[in-house]
Amino acid sequence: MSEEKEMITGMEAPMYLTYNFTAGGATTRFLAELRNGKLVGQECPKCQHVYIPPRGSCAACGVPTVREVELTNKATVQSFTIVYIPIPNNPIKPPYVIANLMADGAHQSFLHLISDVDNADVRIGMRVEAIWKAEEEWTHAMENIQYFRPLDEPDMPIDEIGRLKNA
Amino acid sequence: MSDNNKAGVLAAVVGVGQTKYQTKRGDVSIAGMVREAAVNALADAELTWDDIDAVVIGKAPDMFEGIVMPELYLADALGCNGKPMMRVHTAGSVGGSTAIVAATHVESGVYDRVLTVSFEKQSESNAMWALSNPQPFSPHLNAGAGGYFAPIIREYIRRSGAPLDVGIRVATKDRIHGSKNPLAHLQLPDITEEQVAESPMLWDPLRFLEACPSSDGACAMVIVNEELADKATKQPAWIRGTAMRSEPTMYAGREEVNPQAGRDCAADVYKQAGITNPREQIDCAEIYVPFSWYEPMWLENLGFAEEGEGWKLTMEGVTSLHEGGDTPWNPSGGVLSSNPIGASGMIRFAEAAQQVRGECGDHQVPNAKTAMGHAYGGGAQFYAMWIVSSEKPE
Amino acid sequence: MRDIAIVSFAQSPILRDAGAQNEVELIMPVVSAALNAAGLEDVQGVDFTCSGSCDYLQGASFAFVAGVDALGAVPPIKESHVEMDAAWALYESYLKIKAGQADSALIYGFAKSSPGDLPFVLSQQLDPYYYAPLWADSVSLAAMQARAGIDSGEFTAEQMAEVVQASRSNAKNNENTQLKGDYSVEQLLAEPEYIAPLRKHDCPPVSDGASAMVICTVEKAKEWGLPYAVISGIEHRIESHNFGARDLAVSESVVLAAEKAGVSQGPIDIAEIHAPFSHQELIVKKALGLDDTTKVNLSGGPLAGNLMMCAGLDRIGEVAMRIIKGEAKRGVAHATSGPCLQHNMVTVLEAS
Repeated sequence: MSEEKEMITGMEAPMYLTYNFTAGGATTRFLAELRNGKLVGQECPKCQHVYIPPRGSCAACGVPTVREVELTNKATVQSFTIVYIPIPNNPIKPPYVIANLMADGAHQSFLHLISDVDNADVRIGMRVEAIWKAEEEWTHAMENIQYFRPLDEPDMPIDEIGRLKNA
Repeated sequence: MSDNNKAGVLAAVVGVGQTKYQTKRGDVSIAGMVREAAVNALADAELTWDDIDAVVIGKAPDMFEGIVMPELYLADALGCNGKPMMRVHTAGSVGGSTAIVAATHVESGVYDRVLTVSFEKQSESNAMWALSNPQPFSPHLNAGAGGYFAPIIREYIRRSGAPLDVGIRVATKDRIHGSKNPLAHLQLPDITEEQVAESPMLWDPLRFLEACPSSDGACAMVIVNEELADKATKQPAWIRGTAMRSEPTMYAGREEVNPQAGRDCAADVYKQAGITNPREQIDCAEIYVPFSWYEPMWLENLGFAEEGEGWKLTMEGVTSLHEGGDTPWNPSGGVLSSNPIGASGMIRFAEAAQQVRGECGDHQVPNAKTAMGHAYGGGAQFYAMWIVSSEKPE
Repeated sequence: MRDIAIVSFAQSPILRDAGAQNEVELIMPVVSAALNAAGLEDVQGVDFTCSGSCDYLQGASFAFVAGVDALGAVPPIKESHVEMDAAWALYESYLKIKAGQADSALIYGFAKSSPGDLPFVLSQQLDPYYYAPLWADSVSLAAMQARAGIDSGEFTAEQMAEVVQASRSNAKNNENTQLKGDYSVEQLLAEPEYIAPLRKHDCPPVSDGASAMVICTVEKAKEWGLPYAVISGIEHRIESHNFGARDLAVSESVVLAAEKAGVSQGPIDIAEIHAPFSHQELIVKKALGLDDTTKVNLSGGPLAGNLMMCAGLDRIGEVAMRIIKGEAKRGVAHATSGPCLQHNMVTVLEAS
């Protein structure tokens, strides 16, 4: 045997752990409505801001968000990025636009795709609407909405995006 | 409320040890890599394992290496048997938070000499998977950290009216800085702004060369009390202030471009260190900039520039060491040159200490007396900062 | 040095499966209960907040980030987190207050172990090159430890059954616990061995829940007009991860920590021992130097309900609350982390 052994620089030790996730009470309520084709936010009893998707608390106030608020399909682009790399296990072909979207009546943006538009035309303040998949494909997931597409409406002034109406 | 007066003991950094940062450290185990940094720090402090009272270790999520609570397994490699050991985890800010927890060990008067270590060995697992590991119940659009921060950067550009090449300038400058630091992962001494501009766009407006690499590496420090620091042969880095702040990732009305948690944290650490004008009083800073545009954004957030004006300092070369700027940022090359995530914050803190100790070699900022270390994490919601100085506080 | 006291403690019911509740929903009630018990309206009333949790329990990176959503951290708060049992979050807060950087702190821990297979998740705590690929689960390792203790004469199977009997019986007085009831030692020993020499009842249940605590300087407690229990000593020590290098039947780290914490400097009325396995209570009790004058695990202890990542904090909270209620004058709480009692903390609490 030679004096110098080849250095071992790696070994395979795969881990397999199985988890049974639960969504949480607030998220369960949200997902159940999504299955019915509805976007339902939850309102903070203290500051009146509406969260979507809800996490169970108003993170600013640290209290449960109990009251449900049904939202429309309309939203405003708060900001966005054009992504040039594929998402693992996602069929979307780059370059595509993902945006922080503020649903009308909500005060917290969520991430979704923008399509049916030239990437170069996407802008902050742009008005968009949700395009849902066919009803028979609906599950308990945000993917029920395929993407958002531009609305033929004037842009929203930037300082009004996500603000409380009477604030 | 506590007025944050240091009722406790003075503390100082008397030893720093780092590993070389690179894509894959195939030549050492995790324990070997962590120990390498620790041994270097002990040697720098002219101390031995027996001198250490406690070990404080930090790293980012356990899923990066696939070991649950790895401090348990690392106890032997870090000479902890029979000693106290703590494990900190505050997302990307963890290296900074870990240093602060270690400093608190000494400032409390409970410990005299503490060893602190942070590490990441991302090559052992798949960090991109650990970060984007699809969780049920949320849309699977998370294209990595860049996909999260790019829209926020876009909003910064809109508000400040900054020219589109500011990010390119930061990316180039930090890589030239890094080429003067033999430990830096990326060694690109001949990099040009054209090269950065022509590198592939990943998350518009962020290009490939405007994003940090993924590195293996570890960083360690020895922190001691006043009496022991006074006896150190080498110049100690006196800890003049430490601060941490957290806010939720998402809440209605959150200011994402210029987060309040960062502003509050800076105000706190400046107050402790007696800093009223950071641009004037801080000689150099190691600031957590994983994506190029975060330099101008943090220049404003940390009060080095007025809101909307940070990019001007970058463009004027104020933050560049090789252009003779008066407040070099990231003379080590920063996170843009080396990014072992869990260690990145501690590297910022340790490099700040090395600057005021005069131990930085080719990337030494001349006459650096006061320096800042900064780390952030999560959705730019967790902050850790410290100010160190070659001068002992009164 | 500044004296530090515990002024409030809140615990959720310890459940086998908290069902639909997510981490935020588990944490919110205990955090507000602990703050309210300290007379505080919200998290802004304390100077520092620190939590303990483990990402792998729920299989998601950054699990603690969700915890921050439960606090009301606007304006931003001074906050930290340990990937350890929340007893160590208490320790970090304790040092922060000692250093004069805070006068008060909120500590919380949360545990939702039900989504995964806990003994196997914990097998990945082991050395990743030698032990973890063997998938040696936490129960099997504890069984190895129990065997070492029985064979070396440190304790007997009967004594282990007595620990279980006392735990189940004490738990009857604790509305939060999972497992309780009257059993005889004979009855318990008649049960078949599960992972020998352990029987199922020698092992902890898998539990979901959360706990929170408020601590502050004694001065502050007086200012707030609150009864309190003083932390007169708190120490922790870790030992080798190499099982072959340790005598598993004893705990050197508990002995070291107990000595530094001053356990023997006065009589100990009550003790809460974070021993997930029955034989570990015997090991720790001996290492703490306790005799039969000390009442152990009046809450039922981890055998009755084991919140991974806050069962250690729970022990400290249980002792503190009994002292505050006047049921005891001096007590000791033990917290552990890692396989086979690798890392141990000892806290001595005293009446004011």
